[in-house]
Amino acid sequence: MSAVQEVVTEAPVIEAVPKRAMTLGAGTSLVMLALLILVPFFVKNFIIFQLTMLLVYGLAVLALNILTGGSGQFSLGQSAFYAVGAYTSAILIENAGMNYALTLPVAGFICFLFGFLFGLPALRLSGVYLALATFALATAMPQILKLGYLEAWTGGVQGLVVTKPDPPDIVQGVLAWFHLKMSQDMWFYYFTLAITVAIYVLSLNLLRSRSGRAFMAIRDNEIAASAMGVDVALYKTLAFGVSAAITGIAGGLGAIAVQFVAPDGYTITLAISLFLGMVVGGVGWLPGSIVGSAFIIFVPNIAEGISKGLSGAVFGVILFIVIFLVPHGARQVAMVAQHLLGRLKKR
Amino acid sequence: MDLLLNQILAGISTGAIYACMALAVVMIYQAIDHLNFAQGEMAMFSTFISWQLMQWGLPYWVAFAITLVLSFIGGIVIERLLFKPLAKAPILTNVAGFIALFAILNSSAGLIWDFTIKEYPTPFGSSPFLGSQLISTHQAGMIGVTVLLLIALYVFFRYTRIGLAMRAAASVPESARLVGINTSWMIALGWGMAAAIGSIAGMLIAPVVFLEPNMMVSILLYGFAAAVLGGLTSPFGAVIGGFLVGIIENLAGTYIPGVGNELKLPIALALIITVLVIKPAGLFGRPVVKRV
Repeated sequence: MSAVQEVVTEAPVIEAVPKRAMTLGAGTSLVMLALLILVPFFVKNFIIFQLTMLLVYGLAVLALNILTGGSGQFSLGQSAFYAVGAYTSAILIENAGMNYALTLPVAGFICFLFGFLFGLPALRLSGVYLALATFALATAMPQILKLGYLEAWTGGVQGLVVTKPDPPDIVQGVLAWFHLKMSQDMWFYYFTLAITVAIYVLSLNLLRSRSGRAFMAIRDNEIAASAMGVDVALYKTLAFGVSAAITGIAGGLGAIAVQFVAPDGYTITLAISLFLGMVVGGVGWLPGSIVGSAFIIFVPNIAEGISKGLSGAVFGVILFIVIFLVPHGARQVAMVAQHLLGRLKKR
Repeated sequence: MDLLLNQILAGISTGAIYACMALAVVMIYQAIDHLNFAQGEMAMFSTFISWQLMQWGLPYWVAFAITLVLSFIGGIVIERLLFKPLAKAPILTNVAGFIALFAILNSSAGLIWDFTIKEYPTPFGSSPFLGSQLISTHQAGMIGVTVLLLIALYVFFRYTRIGLAMRAAASVPESARLVGINTSWMIALGWGMAAAIGSIAGMLIAPVVFLEPNMMVSILLYGFAAAVLGGLTSPFGAVIGGFLVGIIENLAGTYIPGVGNELKLPIALALIITVLVIKPAGLFGRPVVKRV
């Protein structure tokens, strides 16, 4: 309201996360991995399916984390990338008869292009303006998928049914020696787990690399980064592309796991959930993605269990309690735990 | 030509709704520097309170005044209880808090007043305004109230000490504290005012879209879009942005082939983004100069 131009020292939107704090120790990681491998042997098929979705959403939250926690760009449009990935896989499997495993790289590649191109106009926007732009993408996507012109491929409002893959014969053959049989759910869980672990390791390495340092420099101070020779435009769009590619792969996996794609499954609600997952897991802390994913999968169910009519309110209250106790998400818990362990070791 | 004129008029009258909401959005943005996603739900809740008061037999304007006061107090209470503790938390955590507040208000309104659609009275009557079929006296009244509100806000921020203090607290909190402004209470005041403006918006909108817990969801989106288009730092821009969004939405629905009701929102948003790409601070917003 004043005529004077406002000059501000730009405070980074996302607080700086030191590189080391972005990972778990090797020991903790291995324990987590062992847990994820062993749990399916002891639970029912439905829970295995939920665990698969836990990994799928974990991947999607991880992708948002690279974009927001890594390069400092905010996005409410992740559901659109997720939808593109899901539809790419579904169409290739059902209409082109492609092998499900081969559709995932295609989904990732298409989403990478899509994200990279979307990142170009987004370059001029930041903060709330970028949030609005990505938000527009998320609201437009379900409508675009419903369009009449595309109905031959997308199935319109009805969506597409996707067949769930059987475990390969080799696996069944080996298991048959021990008189065991693997269910479709269990096979797909391990398939998803392998991809998740691979992408997690790649992401960690990406953030440790030259590109990762460029992302973080942009996040912490864009002007300073460009003064030091970081190609801001390239790395910002690249961050969008990488994030979209990972989200797309998650979308493809999700479509196969749910065995169904429909426009109304990929609304803005999904994008908001992924955002909440990132906050609860800790912005910029990649291992937190799985915690955030667990929050957005299980807490709504718990809220519904407590009260059917007030499930939204219960969810809101739980969310408030979580952010009051740990405003920095699961990362804060992990850091406190690490600190305590460190003190124990010294004694 | 006649069709064009009529569509523009219709756009202006829906735009008045968005302008009201955008004004409330900009108000709270001035005070706390965040977009409040729960703003629409706060307005919806206030509108339900006024409806309940009228059900109990109070006349319209009494209910209106009581709701205004209650909303103001409610806004301050929400800030003190829920968001003051989060003042030092990261911005994204605050946004998560807004989403939580959204869920709580929406779900409790549904439980208290259920999800059936309710009629809401208008103080202006709903006969055609000046013989025009497209704009009713209610919509004209709504535009009038929006403009009055805008002038009142302008005077408040420009010529009163407390208005100046609020602006100072929002733009440079550290320096404001040094000259003795209680910045923390300024934020609370901003929440109270935003809630009160939101309740006016809600009570004006309810006769048009009918009263139900989800009535504000899509309006808030358009309100955000309008605020961003006009420039988040300018209440005047927000009102102009609101009218523009209304007009764009209507014209897109009429003139672009193959655009049903469903595609109106994405197209309006796409146009707004095009504007933003050319003018990143919004039409009337002040560009912020950054230094290292």
